[in-house]
Amino acid sequence: MERKMSIRMSGLGGQGVVTAAHILGAATTRDGKFSTVNPFFGAEKRLAPAESYVRIATEKINERGEILSPNIIMIFHPDVITMGKCYTMPFFDGLQRNGKILINSDQPLDLSQEELKKLDELNAKIYYVAATSIASEVGGTELSTNMAMLGGLMGIADLVSYDSLQVAITERFDGGNFVASATTAVLDNVLKSKYKKITQLIDSNMKVMEEAASAVKEFVNAI
Amino acid sequence: MIDQKIVDPQHLFFEADREKRFITGSEAVKEAIKRANVDMAISYPITPQSESMHLVGDLFAEGYLKEYFRGENEFAVMSEVTGAAMAGVRVFTATGGPGTLRAFEMFPTWVGARLPIVCAFLTRGVNSPLTIQPDTIEMAFMLDTGMLMLHAEDAQDLYDMLLKAFIIAEQTDVHIPIGVYADGFFVTHTRETIEVAPEDDKLPGYNPYSSPVPVMDMVNAPVRQMRDPFVMKSNFISYATHASWQQEVLAAGERARKHIDYYLNGLLEVENEKADILIMTSGTAVSQSREAIALAREEGINVGLVKLKSIRPFPTEEIKALTENTKAIIVPEFNRVGWLAREIKSVVKDSDKVMGGPRVFGGMTMPVELILDEIRRCVS
Repeated sequence: MERKMSIRMSGLGGQGVVTAAHILGAATTRDGKFSTVNPFFGAEKRLAPAESYVRIATEKINERGEILSPNIIMIFHPDVITMGKCYTMPFFDGLQRNGKILINSDQPLDLSQEELKKLDELNAKIYYVAATSIASEVGGTELSTNMAMLGGLMGIADLVSYDSLQVAITERFDGGNFVASATTAVLDNVLKSKYKKITQLIDSNMKVMEEAASAVKEFVNAI
Repeated sequence: MIDQKIVDPQHLFFEADREKRFITGSEAVKEAIKRANVDMAISYPITPQSESMHLVGDLFAEGYLKEYFRGENEFAVMSEVTGAAMAGVRVFTATGGPGTLRAFEMFPTWVGARLPIVCAFLTRGVNSPLTIQPDTIEMAFMLDTGMLMLHAEDAQDLYDMLLKAFIIAEQTDVHIPIGVYADGFFVTHTRETIEVAPEDDKLPGYNPYSSPVPVMDMVNAPVRQMRDPFVMKSNFISYATHASWQQEVLAAGERARKHIDYYLNGLLEVENEKADILIMTSGTAVSQSREAIALAREEGINVGLVKLKSIRPFPTEEIKALTENTKAIIVPEFNRVGWLAREIKSVVKDSDKVMGGPRVFGGMTMPVELILDEIRRCVS
């Protein structure tokens, strides 16, 4: 891993962008690295743009707030790009050279020639993972899309261990220490209601993650 | 009630073993209040403060607080907090941005009544167009209320300053309220590793007889805020009372210096003070500046850092002494008006060397590059 990695997650409210960042940050901290995590959203509502930022480093992190120059961008929903449901336009604004983009979509999106050219100039790598489909098919619920995206991240970058991710998921959903806002609590309850035991929730989400990690496809930018 | 062990403040702050937690700033508020032996808390939600007071409500449910309720609005909450403090209990609340302005009348009232209330201000923008994002503009309004003001850089500071604020505010020679400020979202919603004391330890309770003013009759109606009706009249005695009382309240703030010095280890913190260029700021602007200073060092530029922890009292003498030979002072701020640059200019001998800015507001993140550009400009 580089000295410092900055990850921007863009998605829609309700998709678990904030939770994914929380779990990734907690897991990397457990691995002995430094991490800070923060969300960015307007007045809370489903399907409105929501972003979260994860910084991971081998030393103490001072900088805070929005990540303006990410190494990795994770797009949780095609609408972020195609409908402009995003705080940054274009969606890869600020991406560092040799950066990576992971997009949740069953098939490659129709990016413009201009966008592809700029991404090529940045030497950016673009990856697709059908996160929502994998969440539904393997995990039995679209609510696991965020875990599938973390799995996709595991497939393209060496940032964190599966063991720590598992512990972080357990703490988030079974620790009793996490306090969710009203809307988040509703989604938490829907998710938990799908399983008889919390261990099933954890096992199922770990399976979603591992499946997604092996399903990531690199997009060949022909420009 | 949960059974906790009362420990000496000295022990809780400086000696107790600390445990690492990966938590948000809002959760750090909860951890502080859990150990603060607070009797009562009153809340009214406003982003980005809502989670903090929600979590304090959970503390009540868990048995750490004797009383907790949600008020009708921010003005009501601050008035209810006044009543609680007058009745002699340790009380806590929090607000931010528009909530701060809505409650504003009560802040100088607390000071005049010598109430050692601790309030967290989790700052956010108040201007139109609407924003729920971080901005420190409300601190500009608070500068002359007479309240003491501490500004946290991160969740660790927020936890430490809240606990210490109770002890500083309740000193008999101080006994005025303290606002502990932290930048909304950048602190409240950011998850980071902080260290906290054991959760079965708590501060000694508030001793209402530490108050320097006589106890008021809070039982027989009408309950009053003021003991002596003559100050309500327009005559010489009234003017003299006001003059002496307001001077005394200011003096109480001055007397807080030695306690802040002791408990917070100085009103400010300095790194590399001999550098020609100093960045002087408070809150999360300090964090952004640390990154900019590291980048400047890679370019061979030597920049020092002054982190202001106490805004009221203001570290006037410290800044005067520090900046005697400094060539340029950069003041990055998260607000439009540049209130901190104004404060610094008012005490630095040659105020022309104070560069107000860079400034961002309305919730914008401060790009480290903006500060770095200002550093480069000062070099050339």
